[in-house]
Amino acid sequence: MIKLESVKKTYRMGKVEVEALRGVDLLVESGEFVAIMGASGSGKSTLMNIIGCLDVPTSGRYFLDGTDVAALDDDQLAIIRNRKIGFVFQSFNLIPRTTALHNVEMPLIYAGASNRRPRALEALEAVGLSNRADHQPTELSGGQQQRAAIARALVTNPAILLADEPTGNLDSSSSVEIMKLLIQLNQEQARTIVLITHERDIAAFAKRTVELRDGLILSDERRAA
Amino acid sequence: MNIFEALRVAFAGLLANRLRSSLTMLGILIGVAAVILLVAVGNGAGVQINNQIQALGANVIFVYPSNAKGAGGVSQGFGTSQTLTMADVDAINSHQQDPDVVAAIPIAQSGGQITFANQNYFAPTTGTTVDFPQVRDYQIAEGSFFTQDDVAAQHRVVVIGQTVVTNLFGTTDPVGQTIKINRQSFRVVGVFAAKGGTGFGSQDNVVVAPISSVWAYLSGGRGKNVSQIVASASSANTVTQAETEITAILLQRHQISDPAQADFQLQSQQDILTQANSIATALTLVLGAIAGISLVVGGIGIMNIMLVTVTERTREIGIRKAIGARWRDVLLQFLIEAMFLSGLGGALGIALGAALAYEAPHIPAIASSSFPPPVVSIPSVLLAFGVSVGIGLFFGIYPANRAARLHPIEALRHE
Repeated sequence: MIKLESVKKTYRMGKVEVEALRGVDLLVESGEFVAIMGASGSGKSTLMNIIGCLDVPTSGRYFLDGTDVAALDDDQLAIIRNRKIGFVFQSFNLIPRTTALHNVEMPLIYAGASNRRPRALEALEAVGLSNRADHQPTELSGGQQQRAAIARALVTNPAILLADEPTGNLDSSSSVEIMKLLIQLNQEQARTIVLITHERDIAAFAKRTVELRDGLILSDERRAA
Repeated sequence: MNIFEALRVAFAGLLANRLRSSLTMLGILIGVAAVILLVAVGNGAGVQINNQIQALGANVIFVYPSNAKGAGGVSQGFGTSQTLTMADVDAINSHQQDPDVVAAIPIAQSGGQITFANQNYFAPTTGTTVDFPQVRDYQIAEGSFFTQDDVAAQHRVVVIGQTVVTNLFGTTDPVGQTIKINRQSFRVVGVFAAKGGTGFGSQDNVVVAPISSVWAYLSGGRGKNVSQIVASASSANTVTQAETEITAILLQRHQISDPAQADFQLQSQQDILTQANSIATALTLVLGAIAGISLVVGGIGIMNIMLVTVTERTREIGIRKAIGARWRDVLLQFLIEAMFLSGLGGALGIALGAALAYEAPHIPAIASSSFPPPVVSIPSVLLAFGVSVGIGLFFGIYPANRAARLHPIEALRHE
């Protein structure tokens, strides 16, 4: 499903070159629930950007669902993101002044899909938010906004769900709610989920934890479900 | 992303910032309204000039002396020489070589103070012959025109236009009254019907006398000068032939073999119309161009606001790119937003400009002046709308492209 082969990423900051990733090999199978952990500066955000096809590696290869992503241009990456990746962000990132339903519809619009409204409603129902479909983000609680964001991530039926600190802006009860929803999606719909977090108790919800330090994988542990 | 979705997003974006959107639109609105109104004013002036020239009489040909050349060939200006004579008029009127000319009349102008009772007024006095009403297309409203006998005997008689009647006589019947022109007494024998047309050398501000009487009493001993000859062709189609015939007669009479050296020049109604039209067109273009400057200013306003919008919505652009918006999706969204602003501003501007143009003649201050009523032309409306949408496109491309080229990661990080 996700296969990274000695992925390196180097940023230039002025005259200094910063090696954010220094050769990462990672294999994530379909249906897995992986947490990627690390302190800030460990390279986990860079890794997420590459897995999410928001950025391409400086060297190394990345196969997503069998496609070599490293060689694609911006528009081709946009198509990959649209079809194969569902993003869930720390700050929800819903589009303001736009209803939950329309936010969920958005990826389908860019995909040029038909039957958009029923599919968006279906996704909202899957996250238990169909009764808030016509509310704008400002009229929703943090937990509800994150549910809408998850619905938006799911609506195109992507290969992976990429959640970047999904509970970072939520109180503890909403956090647990969201994590239970992700577990439910992983178990009932066999969704592949990659979770980026720096909180050990959030990472504990996943079946597998990969820890990064200084741009390299430090540990890779699996737990029995 | 289809057009309807792009329009919906653009509309929502504009609604979210109503005041800003309205002010931006106002820039284009005023620009387009100014273009529509000023071009309408230019058109109106053109239409009025055309009407007045038509009122000069159809199929008319004017013959002027050409510019006199001083020593060394320095031109002394239009009509400064005196090369036309009464004999030239008689030759044209003999109809031996000019079948297409109906009649020709001499014109001798004399300015003068005109008095009646305690009223006085200034109007040019025109000395001419009995064919004047026919050639210049004047109708007699009252009394009669002077006769061949009046011309032959230098009778002191005049026929006056409506403007002169109004200014000198008020309610008094002018026919039979005696007026004084430069202290010489003349009897009014007839009154012309109004020809209409205001301002610009009114056709009703005329005093017409036998040319012999003007020579004898008003021209101050300057001799039997003919300042111009006016001839009428049999129809609009024969004007060119009539011009050729008159030229031939005069060249022969003045013993000039090279037409380039002619001491006279001809101008037909069509020539004047063509010239006036080109002047009116130039006027319209100048007015339109001045108004066009404000359109450009409005366009820069749109660009400015779109740049602000793109900066403000950087994060939204990042979200859209993360969930699969391509370069052209983002470009289209912001282009449509810019074109929507300018297009709507343009449509409202057209409505305002046209409304002002139609209302202008009803405003008392304008109605009482000789200001020509503006005429809104359909091409100017279509052009103004097209240009305003085009301005949105032109000034929207840079901000939209800037948005479309944002890197998704950086855009998402933007606070």
